[in-house]
Amino acid sequence: MLDDFLIRALLAGIGIAMVAGPAGCFIVWRRLAYFGETIAHSALLGVAIAVLVNLHLVIGIFVTAVVVVLAMYYLERRDTLPTDTLLGLLSHGGLAVGLVLLSFFPDMRLDLQGLLFGDILAVSRLDLAVVWGGGAIALGMLWWIWRPLLAATVSPDLATVARLHPERALLVFGILLAAVIAAAIKIVGVLLIVALLIIPSATVRRFTSSPEQMAAGAAVAGVIAVAGGLLASATLDTPSGPSIVVTALAVFLVTRLGRPRREVNAR
Amino acid sequence: MGVRRGERWIVRHVDITVDRGQLIYLIGANGAGKSTCAKAILGLLDIDEGTIERMSSLEVGYVPQRLALNPTLPLTVRRLMTLTGRFPKDHIESALAAVGLDRLGDPPVTTLSGGEFQRLLLARALIHRPDLLVLDEPAQGVDTAGSGVVLDLIQGIRRDLRCGVLLISHDLHAATSTGDDVVVLVPHEHDEPPPARPDPPAHLSRREARKL
Ligand SMILES: Nc1ncnc2c1ncn2[C@@H]1O[C@H](COP(=O)(O)OP(=O)(O)O)[C@@H](O)[C@H]1O
Ligand SMILES: [Mg+2]
Repeated sequence: MLDDFLIRALLAGIGIAMVAGPAGCFIVWRRLAYFGETIAHSALLGVAIAVLVNLHLVIGIFVTAVVVVLAMYYLERRDTLPTDTLLGLLSHGGLAVGLVLLSFFPDMRLDLQGLLFGDILAVSRLDLAVVWGGGAIALGMLWWIWRPLLAATVSPDLATVARLHPERALLVFGILLAAVIAAAIKIVGVLLIVALLIIPSATVRRFTSSPEQMAAGAAVAGVIAVAGGLLASATLDTPSGPSIVVTALAVFLVTRLGRPRREVNAR
Repeated sequence: MGVRRGERWIVRHVDITVDRGQLIYLIGANGAGKSTCAKAILGLLDIDEGTIERMSSLEVGYVPQRLALNPTLPLTVRRLMTLTGRFPKDHIESALAAVGLDRLGDPPVTTLSGGEFQRLLLARALIHRPDLLVLDEPAQGVDTAGSGVVLDLIQGIRRDLRCGVLLISHDLHAATSTGDDVVVLVPHEHDEPPPARPDPPAHLSRREARKL
């Protein structure tokens, strides 16, 4: 059964969406969309490095992304440049250096289109193992840092006073984000991965009344988007990343059709 | 204790002691450095001069001056109570009851009024059963009658938990009549001796802190 490329892509996509949903909630709550873009763009540099030193692509992307996360944490504390300027620097710097490096390997059968927009044929058995193994570790990590991370999101000061070490939780979350993005690149692509993080959580926000509900709902919405998008991609022969994002967007819009539900005060 | 940003001292020569069961006021004009003092005492920012001594294993409750919530984060009253720790249901209920929010149901916190939200933050702080409670202008944005209610609440909590309370406020009148001690932050342009102050009321010693 795993010989079928579509089944492999579906299984990998579902695994990714189950982590991307909860992680994406924190992107929305903490307004980290641009941070996510930066990690995603650095992935091309990661691919180039993986090719250079002959690593598995996902590992190369993950290691590069972790370096970018650490650089970001360091620069934010040291440098006086505003955060979005720093992110722009790292984001487009990483993208450009990656593209230049990759152009030195014209013989490599590297599919740039696939890297940027995702490729449904790209998921190997090894990728599947990496995605599910990494996904399980990522979910475990998120479980472990959930309370400190949520407290730090509401108020770093309250988290610190309660000795929850918010800095540590934020660093772990950055690494986790690097892992999610590295795993998702093959299917969704560098340019659209942040959409898979953000749209599912934005979709379920108004149906939920606790952070945990929203995280679970976003995982479900993400799985629907990935499954629908991959099936459409296989049937219509469209690129997989855009197909997934279009599906996610369609689900988002459908849930908006009804009359906006006001938050009810229980009194 | 003093805190500096660049060349400028935000607060300097501040001397505050809070003992168990005491209510200590920290008073000063806007921008005098009250919140900065509170954060230094809580270990939220590094001090550039002096020392801070804490009882070992001190449990601290903190109610910040303001807390901006991102509306995309769904939080109800009861979920907020367990933000920084797990607590049994009856602890949550009794903490909410202590601030008069127990019969509210479990609405999203974004629907609370300013005063209700302040009381919720107070309940969230006291569920940790703190030895020291640091309150940064808890009556802010509450009318005069409401601030009396807040003060009564704080007095009740201090009695029940036998905790020390550091209360940041503008209300010099309430401070001199109910505080065990009042620390006044006075802004100063130069590092000169502070100007003479009227004598403090006989029943309390007033310490002065100067800001350069
Ligand atoms: N991180 C900071 N960097 C520079 N200046 C600051 C910082 N935090 C506070 N200040 C300045 O310190 C002064 C005291 O602020 P604050 O402690 O909030 O006063 P208060 O709470 O008494 O109104 C203000 O002038 C403020 O602008
Ligand atoms: Mg203040």
